[in-house]
Amino acid sequence: MPTPKAKKQKNMRSSGRTAPELIFGNLWNFDPAPETADPKVKATYDLFIDGKWTQAKSKKRFDSINPANEKKIAEIALAGPLDVNLAYLAAGRAQKSWARTPGKERAKYLYRIARLLQDRAREFAVAETLDGGKPIKESRDFDIPMAAAHFFYHAGWADKLQYVAAGKTLEPLGVVGQVIPWNFPLLMLAWKLAPALATGNCVVIKPAETTSITALKFAEILQDAGLPPGVVNIVTGAGETGSAVIAHSLAAKVAFTGSTEVGKKIMRSLAGTDKKMTLELGGKAANIIFEDASLDQAVEGIVNGIFFNQGHVCCAGSRLLVQESVAELVISKLRTRIRMLKVGDPMDKNTDIGAINSLSQLTKIKRLVASGIKEGAKLYQPECVLPKQGYYFRPTLFTGVTQSHRVAREEIFGPVLSVLTFRTVDEAIEKANNTVYGLSAGVWTDKGARILKMAAELKAGVVWANTFNKFDPSSPFGGYKESGFGREGGRQGLLDYANLV
Amino acid sequence: MKRLLITKTPKVYVGGAFIRSESGRVFAMKDADGNFFANIPQCTRKDLRNAVETAAKAGPSWAKRTPYNRGQIIYRLAEMIEARSLELAEAITLGSTKKSLVTAARNEVAASVDRLVYYAGWADKLEQVLGNVNPVAAPYFNFTMTEPMGIVGLIASQEASLLGLISLIAPAIVAGNTVVASASELNPYPAVVLGEMLATSDLPGGVVNLLTGFHRELVPTFATHAHLRAVIAEATADERKTLALGAAETVKRIHTFKAEDNINWYSDSFESVYRIQDTLEYKTVWHPIGA
Repeated sequence: MPTPKAKKQKNMRSSGRTAPELIFGNLWNFDPAPETADPKVKATYDLFIDGKWTQAKSKKRFDSINPANEKKIAEIALAGPLDVNLAYLAAGRAQKSWARTPGKERAKYLYRIARLLQDRAREFAVAETLDGGKPIKESRDFDIPMAAAHFFYHAGWADKLQYVAAGKTLEPLGVVGQVIPWNFPLLMLAWKLAPALATGNCVVIKPAETTSITALKFAEILQDAGLPPGVVNIVTGAGETGSAVIAHSLAAKVAFTGSTEVGKKIMRSLAGTDKKMTLELGGKAANIIFEDASLDQAVEGIVNGIFFNQGHVCCAGSRLLVQESVAELVISKLRTRIRMLKVGDPMDKNTDIGAINSLSQLTKIKRLVASGIKEGAKLYQPECVLPKQGYYFRPTLFTGVTQSHRVAREEIFGPVLSVLTFRTVDEAIEKANNTVYGLSAGVWTDKGARILKMAAELKAGVVWANTFNKFDPSSPFGGYKESGFGREGGRQGLLDYANLV
Repeated sequence: MKRLLITKTPKVYVGGAFIRSESGRVFAMKDADGNFFANIPQCTRKDLRNAVETAAKAGPSWAKRTPYNRGQIIYRLAEMIEARSLELAEAITLGSTKKSLVTAARNEVAASVDRLVYYAGWADKLEQVLGNVNPVAAPYFNFTMTEPMGIVGLIASQEASLLGLISLIAPAIVAGNTVVASASELNPYPAVVLGEMLATSDLPGGVVNLLTGFHRELVPTFATHAHLRAVIAEATADERKTLALGAAETVKRIHTFKAEDNINWYSDSFESVYRIQDTLEYKTVWHPIGA
């Protein structure tokens, strides 16, 4: 017969308390494990127009900064309206013959590009981390391989365009203007270029001003691949350059990935024109944990969902919805897990959370976190030591968040997770959909039938079941509602770069 | 003594009921001979908002019906119209006896019925054509399927008062959207008669809501109403700009046909699964594979 004491212990376990946790504190540190491959970054970069490096007519340059230590990496040409115009003219000249190039041949260029990128994957990964601050393990294992995969996947479509849309074939739109963000610099470039080129369009693309380097290095690959001049033109600069790319009269279509705020501006600026548009905008994804989920697996998914790439992910699982019965347990597991995250030098192979991409983004994150505290949410941050130089932010957990809090409504685009709870399936759906965004959602449950019900009810373009932040070139990605329109990747993604005839 | 005819008071079909404009306003319409024909409700933006509300209520259950059921209901609508096609043709000609006009009107009604039958058939097939499984490089069953956008605003053709309207309604509702449509203001009468046929079909109230009135009054609200997830419109250059500007407020989807292009609504391009696609969202689901 169990003693009263033993009985009590048993009850504690069945009430869902976690096992006692081993706390190492600062007893041991990881040895540094820096990635040392040479990123082969030049000191200065010009614009890539008509297959050649071209000095900016604006005569202006701007610095690209390593957010991990605030040191200057390179000087980059600032494209003004005249430069953007030259890029469009080059694209316009190249367009006809590129569109007439047989699909089989266009495919070969894309295959070459994929291969050349794979060849130089490590170098590009280091450059990406140097310029953007993301952990080397992410640029090495995710960004660069996935970018190559996008070219490989779309290469094969170039000569199969009559199979994309039943009863129709695809014809190029013409010249496409593309503006991409700083969170996945090379990957976003691949998402934009690969489908555009496969369908026979020519491109003027502008990378984000804080992360131009891998795009410019990619121009070297385009040259090595022998891509005809003018098919891809890369212009660098900030918002004004972007506006010039969006507004140019030769652009048959504009593709933008970035904030909803800028997306709306673009929509307004194109009102009254016949330009086609696709927008991949912000998100405030719900990651929904049901009580029957495998909680340890879910905790890993929550961490990946919000701390992947410092939370600089438009589809980040930034709103955690936990079923009330397991909320305490999940939050406690989450705290323990977050304490294990290694924040610091992005170039270190053990780093989980690298540098925030820019000072302005860091400021924005701080502002929103301050609003969370002010509005009454409870803050938790592990006591990790942050590097003295550079832009860093601790992984942050807000509990006691209500739906009206700014941290539950606005896209923070940083390593900040807001936790809300629910009791019933209907409440989870209601809360998950209570947002102007609709990019992605996550569902964690052991019930297959519930997964499919939730997938049907969630107003989001991508639903991850028992996983999060998974991507594939064959899998269309894009949002509902104010998360934009159009899809990238997959068969459906091609439709946005072509006329159906 | 000649019997005095009972004339019809035109009402618009909203939420399964026949209503006049909340504003009490009407505009006079003349028949083919230029004589007074009827007072047509001059619907306001308030009427539009009310119609969106009723479309919102009807939406979820309409979207949840089986595609087979939606297909049959739309086919039933074609049956209702076919049987009363002469009445609709007269609504188009507004009593003209000019042979060419009568023939054209009958052709338009026939084409409208055929268009409904065409789209009825898509209900349980469009997913097989538009959606697919994605062969991702990881252990997931990954598929992309379509979903209705929700409430779709329609601004119908000014010229093709029946065919232009039905060509927008049919592809939107077949996939499970509900619609609020603004009829031709040059000849709104076919939309009034169509409402009576909708009421006797099996289409649930609120799935199709028809408004008559002036586009210049209604277009700005179509553009900005946050609950309209998409607007499909035949529109002038000015209207297109208004729609695009308003759409930016909530990132609304806009598909427009240029009114100045003299659109041929008989064209095959209006019988296409890609017209349905304009009112759909693609959703991709990652489902793990494993024990």
